[in-house]
Amino acid sequence: MSIETNEFRPKIVAFCCNWCSYAGADLAGSSRLAYPADVKIIRVPCSCRVNPMFILRAFEKGADGVILCGCHPGDCHYTTGNYYARRRMTLLFSMLDYIGVENGRTRVEWVSAAEGVKFSQTMNEFVEKIHSLGKNVRLGDLRCKN
Amino acid sequence: MQELINRAKELLESGEVARVLGWKAGDLPYNPEPAYFEKAEDLKDFVYNGFCGANLSKYMIEASKLEGKTMVCLKPCDTYSFNQLIKEHRVDRDKAYIVGVGCKGKLDIEKAKKLGIKGIESVSGAEMSDACDTLTFQTIYGEKSCAYADAMLERCHVCKGKDHMIYDEIIGESRDTKDAERFAEVEMIEAMSPAEKFAFFQEELSKCIRCNACRNVCPACSCRKCVFDSTKFDSAQKANVDSFEEKMFHVIRAFHVAGRCTDCGECSRVCPQGIRLHLFNRKYIKDINELYGEFQAGADAEARGPLTNFTFDDCEPSIVAERG
Amino acid sequence: MYKIAKENLSALFQMIAGEQELYLPVNNNGQVNFAAWTEGANVDLDTLKSVKSPKDAFFPQSENLYTVTKENKKIKIEPEALKDQNFVVFGMKACDVKGVEVLDKVFLVDPVDTFYAARRAHGTIVALACHEPEETCFCKVFGVDAAEPVADVATWMIDGELYWKALTEKGEALTNAVASLLVDADEAKVEAEKEAIRGIVEKLPYSDLSLDGWNGDVLLDKFNSPVWEELYKPCLACGTCTFVCPTCQCYDIKDYDTGHGVKRYRCWDSCMYSDFTMMAHGNNRTSQMQRFRQRFMHKLVYFPANNDGMYSCVGCGRCVEKCPSALNIVKVIKAFENQGGEM
Repeated sequence: MSIETNEFRPKIVAFCCNWCSYAGADLAGSSRLAYPADVKIIRVPCSCRVNPMFILRAFEKGADGVILCGCHPGDCHYTTGNYYARRRMTLLFSMLDYIGVENGRTRVEWVSAAEGVKFSQTMNEFVEKIHSLGKNVRLGDLRCKN
Repeated sequence: MQELINRAKELLESGEVARVLGWKAGDLPYNPEPAYFEKAEDLKDFVYNGFCGANLSKYMIEASKLEGKTMVCLKPCDTYSFNQLIKEHRVDRDKAYIVGVGCKGKLDIEKAKKLGIKGIESVSGAEMSDACDTLTFQTIYGEKSCAYADAMLERCHVCKGKDHMIYDEIIGESRDTKDAERFAEVEMIEAMSPAEKFAFFQEELSKCIRCNACRNVCPACSCRKCVFDSTKFDSAQKANVDSFEEKMFHVIRAFHVAGRCTDCGECSRVCPQGIRLHLFNRKYIKDINELYGEFQAGADAEARGPLTNFTFDDCEPSIVAERG
Repeated sequence: MYKIAKENLSALFQMIAGEQELYLPVNNNGQVNFAAWTEGANVDLDTLKSVKSPKDAFFPQSENLYTVTKENKKIKIEPEALKDQNFVVFGMKACDVKGVEVLDKVFLVDPVDTFYAARRAHGTIVALACHEPEETCFCKVFGVDAAEPVADVATWMIDGELYWKALTEKGEALTNAVASLLVDADEAKVEAEKEAIRGIVEKLPYSDLSLDGWNGDVLLDKFNSPVWEELYKPCLACGTCTFVCPTCQCYDIKDYDTGHGVKRYRCWDSCMYSDFTMMAHGNNRTSQMQRFRQRFMHKLVYFPANNDGMYSCVGCGRCVEKCPSALNIVKVIKAFENQGGEM
């Protein structure tokens, strides 16, 4: 028997770099730190692997928020990947803001492999933010919505 | 124009160039088309006037693969695109003989038509030798005229200047036609509320018919195979099925040329629905200028593009929310 | 013959829209296109040509064909419903109406396209004569009379009054439905307007274009002509010409993964695109020259060969206006004329 509920459960996509943030998520798990199950993690080799199309694609298919996590600047496994990602995401987020998307729906956070606590905190905060913004109605393909 | 034709003839006859890339007179007074001329006698159809708005630097990608040199006519703003293509190794500098042609602002016949000028039989005042202040049209419905500036392409109102960035020789006078602020429209949109911004772009982009003209004409869009043409991509590049696809297409199209776009304005010129596509490109340019320092793509053929570069103390993406 | 004053047109539109859907030229952000009438829509009957042709009304740029969803462990296929409501397209020009006739030849012959047929059956066309044809028009070349559109209802805009003449049963029905707004009128003014329009058409630069040598018999001569190699060069391979054209009818069928099902839809295709008629073995036209040639050969050679000499160009001139490289069908026809057509 399922319990009918109208409570809004956001869909959150988190792109996590393999070397730091994904390990950070692991640490959060093994440290029994809670974060909402609404967050779906996609592991990427480096934050720089995420191109703007990934973010838009996630929104197209129904995400309410997208967060990108990578190594702290200076700690990139590939030395400089996250520096490029940083510029790229800044421009993309600015463009999304420009076309009228609420700017809390996208976020970048640097999380190291040792920062399980930060990972869980970040995710809790982000989910809360998306809760306050509500359902994503401005981005996304209508065909995916019904 | 005659000087240009004479020079082209000379270069062709001396064998210095194998072909000339310029414009051929059209069958209406305002529709010259980009064309190659391989023989001196073909140059009788050569034309260069206010309606020659096309940026020929993109055609040089194909011309670079041909035998011999090509004499190419580039306007001051086209030379930025050419530089950018050199930087990306898409054109061969040694295969081009660049004649920097003078420019006094290019015309948009649609603007004249919007002023009620129709049934056009002939146009005077569009020849580049003139002062370029008035256009006179002989139409089936009588003589009409308008100010040259009123029929100018949007990009010419924010002219980047009359200097050619790269050339072998210059023929003809140029004029700086700037009479508006390049980022004024972008700033106007930035000042709107999110709901207003969304409504603005929704309305503007709902006109898009997915013809891909903006992409195909763009000298910076020089990929051999575009991501939007991939058959493995389930957002059709040719169907306006859902309003989200237009947004995704235009955001990504502009992003792919961010830091490489010289703001040549070809996308807005060719859009059959008159969508102000430069609003996307200029937003990226404005952000790059503000966040990473002034940068003009194509000003030279060496500098690293802002998206293939970084500094250790770049701003964090959260700046977007912070600056409001 | 009836008439209605221009200032009463919005009442007319309101009356029609009260009963059925109404599509007409609307100015949205500076561009005129056919769109559904709404209260306060910026209706524009003065602009001669809409950017896109009104073929959308019968053959939309994209339409869903069926939806596949999973229910429990079964797959459910739900076909899209056919159009079953009447609608009116107001303000189509003579060339656009002829364009629909061309589409009929494609979609209403066996196997009949049910989606298109349903729309045709429920659509009433109110055509508007071209008050001031422009230099890009060449409908006369294809036997279209801009002064006398052949539709369900023909109308003329003369001195602030719209003259109205029903030509078919559907047209009569619509006329009866809005009869309370129409008043009787005599034909003299309309005859004078027709003469005036024909007079202007004679003066248009393209009106003397000759189609000699364009028919199914010259297929190989034209196909193998070296002229194409020269002609296509400025072509950017965008789809503008095909998407604004009232007769281009090629479409593609694609699947869209919605994450919880599949939507199969069709959308206009363009012979200018690199994936046009892509098949498992690859593409049968591998160069832009071949794709460019396809467009004009189709309109001027293949189509008349299969349809009793009817060309699939109606001379609306939209491609003349919109091509970013200033290429168009007129330049193609002229290029062959200059070559004697015997290459």
